[in-house]
Amino acid sequence: MEDKPGVLYRITNLIRRKSFNIESIAVGKAETPGLSRMTFTMVSDYSRFDQVMKNIDALIDVRGVEPLDMRNAAVRELALVKLSPGAPATRPEVINYIEAFRGNIVDVSPDTLTVEVSGDPDKINAFIKLAKNYGLTQVARTGAVALSREMTLAE
Amino acid sequence: MTGAQAVVGVLEREGVEAVFGHPGGANMPIYDVLYDHQNPREYKGIRHILARHEQSAAHMADGYARASGKVGVCMATSGPGATNLMTGLATAYMDSSSVVAITGQVPTFVIGTDGFQESDVVGMATSVTKYAFQPLRVRDVPYMMKAAFYLAATRRPQPVLVDIPKDVQQGEDDVEFPDHVDFPNYRPLPDPDPTIVKTIARTVLTAQRPIILAGGGVKMANAYRELQAFAELLVAPVATSFMGKGAFPENHPLSLGCMGMHGSEQTNKLLPECDVLLVIGSRFSDRTTGKIEKFCPNTKVIHIDADKAEIGKNYKLPVVSLVADAKKALQHLLREVEAGMLGQQREGWIKKTHDVLAMAKSELDVNGSNLSGVETIKMLRRFLPTKAIVTTEVGQHQMWCEQHFQVIEPRTFFSSGGLGTMGFGFPAALGAKVARPDVPVIDIAGDGSFLMTENSLATSVEEQIPVTVIILNNQMLGMVAQWQRFFYKRRYSSVHLGKVPDYVKLAEAYGATGVRVNTIPELESAVTRAIQSPVTTIIDVPISPEENVLPMLPPGAGIKEMIIG
Repeated sequence: MEDKPGVLYRITNLIRRKSFNIESIAVGKAETPGLSRMTFTMVSDYSRFDQVMKNIDALIDVRGVEPLDMRNAAVRELALVKLSPGAPATRPEVINYIEAFRGNIVDVSPDTLTVEVSGDPDKINAFIKLAKNYGLTQVARTGAVALSREMTLAE
Repeated sequence: MTGAQAVVGVLEREGVEAVFGHPGGANMPIYDVLYDHQNPREYKGIRHILARHEQSAAHMADGYARASGKVGVCMATSGPGATNLMTGLATAYMDSSSVVAITGQVPTFVIGTDGFQESDVVGMATSVTKYAFQPLRVRDVPYMMKAAFYLAATRRPQPVLVDIPKDVQQGEDDVEFPDHVDFPNYRPLPDPDPTIVKTIARTVLTAQRPIILAGGGVKMANAYRELQAFAELLVAPVATSFMGKGAFPENHPLSLGCMGMHGSEQTNKLLPECDVLLVIGSRFSDRTTGKIEKFCPNTKVIHIDADKAEIGKNYKLPVVSLVADAKKALQHLLREVEAGMLGQQREGWIKKTHDVLAMAKSELDVNGSNLSGVETIKMLRRFLPTKAIVTTEVGQHQMWCEQHFQVIEPRTFFSSGGLGTMGFGFPAALGAKVARPDVPVIDIAGDGSFLMTENSLATSVEEQIPVTVIILNNQMLGMVAQWQRFFYKRRYSSVHLGKVPDYVKLAEAYGATGVRVNTIPELESAVTRAIQSPVTTIIDVPISPEENVLPMLPPGAGIKEMIIG
């Protein structure tokens, strides 16, 4: 879509007034100057999804809409997760888990750890679920971004 | 040149002949440029018609657009001027009408500081327009103005707003007036897909009991002749939604009139009996379909619409759908469908539809000399030439028009169907008269609706735009009272308007003509005189407050379940 003021407003206003159930939105500059790429995720039946696509495609500022799902796209998200693991004995345990998820510790203090985890949204969900056992205090997620896969399993 | 001169420059290049507006602090620079266009004797150039409330200005522009097929232009200042336009823009948006609104805005360096008469017009307008522009530099003005006209008039017509900060109006710069504007994701609709056209043609040709349902989209596409030719070729009866009223001449043997909440009971009953329903230019509004889950469960529905987002939005099960302009779709279908044996094939079905409709007509023949709403509307068709333009307000009178006023010629019936805006009809009638000064224009109103935009009387008299207003006066908010009768046990909460004002005296206070009628002959003579008068006439028609609009589809009911009495 056009990288101009007001475009984000127009799109989110449409989502609001049509009560589209959107789980996440991520937007940033695209490969062409002057354009942004916005990625939405939603969980719905096909008919609702089709309506969302058609309505967004009707917006003047939008250049195009592409439906993607886990099978035909590479989908990734990043989250920062802050935990307070509690007893010092549990810290090695937590760090093992972080390694298993290939997360990075980006902040430490005597009481807290902040971890950066990236991957497909289900991996993030899994890590957050796990972190709840270790004093999860804050989560900041970017929302998923996705690009279509050019090589499919069928080939 | 200045931004304001650029604005008017685009108006000139777009061939705008009239704008309807109201000046204020933030749009004075534009009005200064327009000053040179106002020649009271000859209306050379762009005529400005001064509304007394911006809502009226927007409805005037809307009426102008509907009557002329061109873009209607309205103007307002910032803050309250612009917010007053919103109802009119929402009305045009819901009915897909091509209106451009030009609003003044506080200077760019004041925006966001809650300046005097500042409000977030672009924000507000976003939900009721196809697009809202705000040029921040003088050199952006011609492009955005041209784009506004382009977007408003093309594909599915919808209003567009341009909000111009005062310093941009006053600033000077070199400007270029583009010949065309381009939006990469907004292109004219492609020609109808030939494969789909063939499928549709095959389906309707083999139908035993087809019906065509025509909506407002057919009128927007100017597809009147194509629809008639197609219906006659196919020998298929034609029903319309409320917004489609007038798409097909209602005195034609194949016409089934309107269906829907206040449509014809017989037509509503016929629809589920058809085996193929070809829906063109209708968006399956809840008013048209009743409970959508109960809509024609055993019928193959074909949906043709110019807006792809409408396909599958309300009615989710069309067997074939086509995204196309109604005119082109019908032209292509005409080529595919060959004439021949169809007349004989359909004889039984056509006879059935005629029998069913005839039942309706004989049941509703009204006798007696006391005026009722229904009688008045029915008689009106006889007193008016078929080329007369009729607008309505919103309420019982509007639905009686749907049921009993036969519309025969294209572009002669305008009503606020989507938003249902009381107060639309009178200013819209004025706008229509400016577009078509050679035909009589009549607004059919209720007493409640008329007071909402009564201020347009001043415009009508001062600007010499004569129309006729027929007020069906039951001293009530009739439609609300009817629902309270049916669904709220006659608990008439806040619907009594009373005897005020005396509409005859009100008309005279504004310098118009006022007359009260109590019988059909009085009505006839008042109407005949009014449509020839150079001055607006208000005809006050007292009617009973207990009269209902019947039949009626109650909420939650399917189209076979109408209340008839």
